[in-house]
Amino acid sequence: MSLAKISSLTGRGVFVPGNDIDTDRIIPARFMKCVTFDGLGEFLFYDVRKNADGTDKPHPLNDPRFEGATVLLSGANFGCGSSREHAPQAIQKHGFKAVVAEGFAEIFYGNCVTLGIPCFEASREAIAKIAAALEKNPQTELILDVAKQEIRFAGQTVQAAVRPSARDALVNGRWDAIGELLEGLPTVKTTAAKLPYLAA
Amino acid sequence: MPKSLFQKVWDAHAVRALANGQTQLLIGTHLIHEVTSPQAFGMMRDLGLKVLMPHRTFATVDHIVPTDQFAEPYRDPLAQAMMDELRKNCAQFGITFFDRATGKQGIVHIVGPEQGITQPGTTIACGDSHTSTHGAFGAIAFGIGTSQVRDVLATQTMALGQLKVRRIEVNGKLPPGVYAKDVILHIIRQLGVNGGTGYAYEYAGSTFDGFTMEERMTVCNMSIEGGARVGYVNPDETTFAYLKGRPYSPKGTAWDAAVANWKSFASDPGAKYDDVVKINAAAIAPSVTWGINPGQGITINENVPSPETATSADDKTGIIEALAYMKLTPGAPIKGTKINVAFLGSCTNGRTSDFQEVAKFLKGRRVAPGVKAIAVPGSQIVALQCEKLGLDQIFRDAGFEWREAGCSMCLAMNPDKLVGDQLCASSSNRNFKGRQGSTTGRTLLMSPVMVAAAAVTGAVADAREVFGVGQN
Repeated sequence: MSLAKISSLTGRGVFVPGNDIDTDRIIPARFMKCVTFDGLGEFLFYDVRKNADGTDKPHPLNDPRFEGATVLLSGANFGCGSSREHAPQAIQKHGFKAVVAEGFAEIFYGNCVTLGIPCFEASREAIAKIAAALEKNPQTELILDVAKQEIRFAGQTVQAAVRPSARDALVNGRWDAIGELLEGLPTVKTTAAKLPYLAA
Repeated sequence: MPKSLFQKVWDAHAVRALANGQTQLLIGTHLIHEVTSPQAFGMMRDLGLKVLMPHRTFATVDHIVPTDQFAEPYRDPLAQAMMDELRKNCAQFGITFFDRATGKQGIVHIVGPEQGITQPGTTIACGDSHTSTHGAFGAIAFGIGTSQVRDVLATQTMALGQLKVRRIEVNGKLPPGVYAKDVILHIIRQLGVNGGTGYAYEYAGSTFDGFTMEERMTVCNMSIEGGARVGYVNPDETTFAYLKGRPYSPKGTAWDAAVANWKSFASDPGAKYDDVVKINAAAIAPSVTWGINPGQGITINENVPSPETATSADDKTGIIEALAYMKLTPGAPIKGTKINVAFLGSCTNGRTSDFQEVAKFLKGRRVAPGVKAIAVPGSQIVALQCEKLGLDQIFRDAGFEWREAGCSMCLAMNPDKLVGDQLCASSSNRNFKGRQGSTTGRTLLMSPVMVAAAAVTGAVADAREVFGVGQN
């Protein structure tokens, strides 16, 4: 299985402000009544983006200036709550290729990496600078450098951390671990044999 | 060198180091359910993979099942499709399925312990963030995404980085009318909803030593609401007594060997922790959330916060956002806030002991006019135990609807939903915007006995006053 090596990516961004944005908000539970991930993109942030009659609420993702953005920016503890992979799936299927936030919830972060979505952790000030640049010119091109852990835009550079294991996995094209896990199967059996509850 | 339980279990299950520095970790027990597994089975088929250890994989159906309808087909064709998919996948891959016809179906985190599948010193994974519940037994239990469900199905392992360990010691006796739910709400309020990111929580101290397994499960269950993916309690005689004689527990001479082995996993005296937090049990009071995350909680005699009382700029923004959604008056007492719905159940508080405790006080009382009250057993076995004890009748007599087992209104993927901006006193675990099925629905998290007090008075109330808790 050959995976893309994601060492940097370029795109326009959209800032969705707020801390503790949970995965129920990212993809409400009723949209998980499905047996595939297809079509989840259109339900991204649905309840904060849409009125009951399906018309738009004011929301950055509904703002035509930011249409086509591929970088999602937000606040602290992004993706908290439910472990649903439907959340990063919806983000990816909506067209986003990376997420930049002050911090991420543990499970969400891992789910993103497995899908090849780099998650950058940046300071509030850094995110505010990017958001200001986007507000001034929504066409601002963001260069997200996984290897160098920085984001370059409009002549500025800010630090943006990618956890070492994620960085390695993305840059070297092994962000989906299944291939490597399968290679370890013989050792899995040896380890299992040493554990009484699995040896039986 | 002395080690924590986390370190011992990790070391025993570490298969090998992966190229990116993570560990290939053996997952001894894999629990699956209908919502997060179908896509994983789809990926398995696409890649032509087999389930490596079908005998270590257990399935149940919980999120989408209607609690007022047992017969299939379900009224919701999407729910039926998910049910059919899980049944098909279990049959094709040879996985034990605690389907409704077995009488053992229920919320996955209630079924595992009930069957004796959840055991000390083991690793457990499930595509559900409340998998931390199983840590109550001294297991290391991870909530995972669907791609990882695929990884575990195919290889019985997943790629994972080490966690730090924070020991949270609660010492002393809880005051009357204060429950395990209040302990975890207190911890989350104190440490924050992201305070546990990167950590496993080891719950310890005399309060936990004295807790039943059910109480330990309630606390471990909500670890993730404090940002900790893993939470656990060291196994002890209470753990072993709970497990003895359960269907999947070891039997005969194997039992003694297993107990000896389980004991060896408990944290060593002198084990090093990355952080230690100490909490005095006597300082914990009945708690209620007022906001839109589980950290936004207060004790029953406190007032709803106002932006002026914020402790930081972030706190202020959070308060303003939460107040706007919750439509509560800043600075007003939470006590007396009118409720529309009372929900008893969930993987946090849907066990027999929860219904028993509530029934003690509910007997002879009536749900206030205009309040919709539902009691949803966490499993078919819980339902049966309660019915044998006559508890269902106490709930019915009080005006509660007594339902079939499932996740129900905790996340409202089934027909049990709030309507409009109804306010729900709930024994569940999340008060996120829209969590209980209405985009404007409002949730107040609290202990089951506090839910009952709200149900009978029609408003948020101090159960100690309403029921004279602790006075008998």
